[in-house]
Amino acid sequence: MEPQALFDAVKAKFGDAALELQVTGFRPAFVVVAPASIADIARFLRDDPAMRFDSLMCLSGVDYKDRFAVACHLYSMRHRHAIGLKAYLPKENPLLPSMDAVWPAANFMERETYDLFGIVFEGSKDLRRILLPEDWEGHPLRKDYKYPDFYHGIKV
Amino acid sequence: MKPNVPVEALHTQEMLINMGPQHPSTHGVLRVILRTDGEVVVNARPDVGYLHRGLEKIGERVTYAQFMPFTDRLDYLAAMNCNCAWAWAVENLAGIEVPERAEYIRVIVCELNRISSHLIAFGSFTADMGAFTPFLYSIREREKVNDLFEAACGNRLTYNYARVGGVSADLPQGFLEKTKEFLDYFEPKIDEYNNLISYNKIFVHRLANVAAISADNAVAYGLTGPNLRGSGVSFDLRRDEPYSVYPKLEFDVCVGTGERGVLGDCFDRYMVRINEMRQSVRILRQAVAQIPEGPVLAKVPRVFKPAAGEVYFRSECPRGETGFYIISDGTGNPSRLKIRAGSFVTMNIFETVTRGLMIADIVAVIGSFDIILPEIDR
Repeated sequence: MEPQALFDAVKAKFGDAALELQVTGFRPAFVVVAPASIADIARFLRDDPAMRFDSLMCLSGVDYKDRFAVACHLYSMRHRHAIGLKAYLPKENPLLPSMDAVWPAANFMERETYDLFGIVFEGSKDLRRILLPEDWEGHPLRKDYKYPDFYHGIKV
Repeated sequence: MKPNVPVEALHTQEMLINMGPQHPSTHGVLRVILRTDGEVVVNARPDVGYLHRGLEKIGERVTYAQFMPFTDRLDYLAAMNCNCAWAWAVENLAGIEVPERAEYIRVIVCELNRISSHLIAFGSFTADMGAFTPFLYSIREREKVNDLFEAACGNRLTYNYARVGGVSADLPQGFLEKTKEFLDYFEPKIDEYNNLISYNKIFVHRLANVAAISADNAVAYGLTGPNLRGSGVSFDLRRDEPYSVYPKLEFDVCVGTGERGVLGDCFDRYMVRINEMRQSVRILRQAVAQIPEGPVLAKVPRVFKPAAGEVYFRSECPRGETGFYIISDGTGNPSRLKIRAGSFVTMNIFETVTRGLMIADIVAVIGSFDIILPEIDR
């Protein structure tokens, strides 16, 4: 399915929640959506017969300096097409509905994004730090992260 | 003698067992927190991250070319595949044309590495199941692949062989002949493995019907590579999202068939790897016959600045799909680099499939997933 047709279908169903289509320079293209409705749109993309994005390839947090984003790369095993799904989040208190009920694969990736970016996924079945120790302070992949001098009294 | 306590009055309690992070069957520093009721696992929760080195953060601070040695440290048993995955991703981002000979060399080293990686998967898995001999056989064959790689790039584990735009050096004289010799030597060995262990009754009993994953679940949980194909899903990026010169090479995609139990059980995942080694031999024979003469490295400046953009590129590594999501802001290094590793996503399904198994089956599940920890923790 062409990205434009896909974007139009999302727009027809969700109206203003579909914000923008990023095509030039983006492979695959990104459908940018309002954060609050990302889980509903994800479910629509998974279940609609023409889309059938049954596989979540990758879910990443991004720090664009002025704002955060969560970028999902979706793939359809049935139709063999791919699309990106993105939501921009504010720097203060970044919140996003969890998608682990749509794709169970999302859980570990959301935990990683929470761990390294501090983006909170509301309604997640299990949101804990995954790669860093549980008592680690800060979120290292943020651009303004300050490296700690000590960890438990040990110089790092 | 009658016990003086009625049996009904005896009660058991659940026990919390810490498996790992230093346990030989966990294939690295994986910690599994087991809640058991007798020998039955109520819940097995994986705890990963012991090898986290912040490779994604490092990636933001080095140039595209400088990141190449770090990809060796993703999946060290398949470093060639990781090298090439990174090179293909960057070339896709920057629109760099690669000489055809270089692409053939990449496919040759990737498939050789797939064989050696599957050999380790096979050897360590059988060792986990209590059969030590096959491990020695697999190491013996792997040495020959390591010798080939040492001739090509000087290293035996962390190769750092691919470059953005090609490979670091042409193959040494006699490499292709040596590769052919290896293939002639290796192909009959696969039957030997099958005779030795694959259809051994005890071995089959340990694996068949254990931790079966349905095709739908495998897709929903994002399994890739042999673990996905073990569930009967015929999907291989080399065939279905072709890259490099794979479209010119003929091979079959091996899938699980439930030949000794339920479709998608540990035995199917094991068997997919055995069969894939045969297909890699097939690919290698064609690639060695077809490889053209020519340059092996395109002219790419040491520091280049791809146009601003975002690319997700994935390729088929022995442990599933390795994807790189690169965001370029037009400077010489990535503004964000996300590594999607097959083993990391695979661990997500671990807690679900191990519920209700015996403790000894946990070892079988870890072995059948063929995870590698540096790729999980990055």
